[in-house]
Amino acid sequence: MKLITAVIKPFKLDDVKDALKGIGVAGMTVTEVRGFGRQGGHTETYRGAEYQIDFVPKVSLSVVVDDAIADQVVDTIVSAAATGKIGDGKVWVSPVDRLVRIRTGEEGAQAV
Amino acid sequence: MFNSGDTAWVLISAALVLFMTPGLAFFYGGMVRARHVLGMLMQNIFAMGIISVLWSAIGYSLAFGGNNSIIGDASHLFLSGLTDDGSIPTMAFVAFQMMFAVITPALITGATADRLRFGSYALFIAIWSVVVYAPVARWVWNADGWIYTMGSLDFAGGAAIHINAGVAALAVVMVIGPRKGHGVEPMPPHNLPFTVLGTGILWFGWIGFNAGSALAANGIAAQAVVNTHLAAAAGMLTWLLIERVKTGHATTLGAASGAVAGLVAVTPCAGFIGDASPLIIGAIAGALCYLSLGLKGRLKVDDSLDVIAVHLVGGLVGTVLLGFFADTSVNADGFDGMFFGGGGELLKDQIVAAVAVMAFSFTVTWLIAQAIQRTIGLRVSEGDELTGLDQSVHAESAYQA
Repeated sequence: MKLITAVIKPFKLDDVKDALKGIGVAGMTVTEVRGFGRQGGHTETYRGAEYQIDFVPKVSLSVVVDDAIADQVVDTIVSAAATGKIGDGKVWVSPVDRLVRIRTGEEGAQAV
Repeated sequence: MFNSGDTAWVLISAALVLFMTPGLAFFYGGMVRARHVLGMLMQNIFAMGIISVLWSAIGYSLAFGGNNSIIGDASHLFLSGLTDDGSIPTMAFVAFQMMFAVITPALITGATADRLRFGSYALFIAIWSVVVYAPVARWVWNADGWIYTMGSLDFAGGAAIHINAGVAALAVVMVIGPRKGHGVEPMPPHNLPFTVLGTGILWFGWIGFNAGSALAANGIAAQAVVNTHLAAAAGMLTWLLIERVKTGHATTLGAASGAVAGLVAVTPCAGFIGDASPLIIGAIAGALCYLSLGLKGRLKVDDSLDVIAVHLVGGLVGTVLLGFFADTSVNADGFDGMFFGGGGELLKDQIVAAVAVMAFSFTVTWLIAQAIQRTIGLRVSEGDELTGLDQSVHAESAYQA
C-alpha cells in the first residue's frame, strides 16, 4: 500500500476529487494548509502599508491505495490539479507499513 | 408643550447613535489579529455598560448642570432635578447625549488595540469620561460653556468627540508603547468583512449622530442627513483614488476608512453647511486622512488602527473648514464662514476651540495614563499579549479551531 500526499491549489480540489472518484478511489482526507515553495508569497496592502504574506493557502490531500494503482492515482492527480502556472503544488508517494479499518478490524488491502 | 415630531426624532437618533458603538466594535474588531478580536469587541461593548452608568450618575450633571463656563455642578446627579423648557423633554436630550458619551472613549480603543489590561482599561475610560469628556462636552455644547459662548461652532462633535478622542489616543499610545513585534512582523487585519459591516453600521448610525444634533425634526436635520451622507461618499472616493494611484489597488479597507474619514470631518459641520460644501469637506478629509497615515511613524507611536489619522486629523479638518464653509442661510443659529461673507472671526474661534481641546485632552489624558501605568499598569504581560487578549484576559476564543 502507498500513501499518496498531494499539496494543490485550493480551487482545484473538486476537479481532483472527481477525477479520483472516476478511477475508483473510495476515500480521501483533505486538510487546509499554508506554505510556500517556488511560488513564494505575495504582498497585500492595508491603508497604504505593504505586507509580505509568505504563507500561501493550499489544500493537502491524502489517500491510501493499493500498490497496483498508485502510479495511476498520481498521474490522475497531476493532470487534474495542473494549471501550468507556478504554485500548482506537488505529489509524493510513501510506503505504508500497516493499515487497519477501525470499524471492522480488517487489515491491509482489505482495509483500503 | 413638547413637539412630538422633534421628540420622536431625538429618541430615534439616540437609538441610532447607540448602535454605532457595536458598529465601531466590528469596524475595529476586523482590523485586529484573530487572537485579540474578543478583547476589542469587549472594550467597545463594555463602554456601553460603564459609561452609561457614569453618565447618568455624574457625567451629565458635570456637562450640563449649573451656569459655570468651565464645569457643571452636582444639580443633576443620577439625572435628578431635570426641568423641561424646550420642544423636547430634557430626558430625550439626556438619552441622546448619553450615547455620545459612550462612543467617545470607545474611539480610543483602536489606538491601544491588542495590549491593554481589561481592568486598567475600565479604570481609564471611567476616569477619562468624567475628567476629560464631561468638561469638554460642557465647553462645546452647554449654553454657558466657554467655547460655545466664544462663538465657535461644533454641530455634533468635531472638537468635543473626534479631536478629543483622537488626541487622547495619541497620549495613551505614547504612554503604553507599541505592540510586541510592531514594525518587525506583519499585523494584517484578520477579518475585513467585519470592518466593512462595522462601517455600514457606523454610517447608518451617523445619520442619527449628526442629524439628531438638530434636536428637532426640521429642515436643519434634513440638511444634516444629506450633508453627512455626501461627505462619507466623497471621503470614500478621494481615499480610494489616492490609494489606487499610490499603491495600484482600491481596497475595501480603503473604502471603509475613507467613508469614516468623511463622516468624522462633516460631524462639526453637519447642520451649518449646504450646497457642495459637504462634498468638498468630505473629499478633503478622505485625502488628508489618507496622507496622514504616515504621521504615526513620524511621531514614533504605534497607533494600531489609525485613530490619529482618521479621528484627530478628520476632526481637525472638519472643525477648521467650518470656519470657511459655515453658511447662515442654511442655519441662522450659526455664523458665516470666510467663503460665505463672514470674515475670519469664525475661523479664529474654530482654531482656538481645536487647540484648547487638544491641549486639555492631551495633557489630562497623558496624566491619567501615566498614573495608571505607574500604579496597577496599563499593559498585559508579554506572554499574555502573545497568547492574545481573547484567551489571556477573557478566557474565551472567538473562533473554535
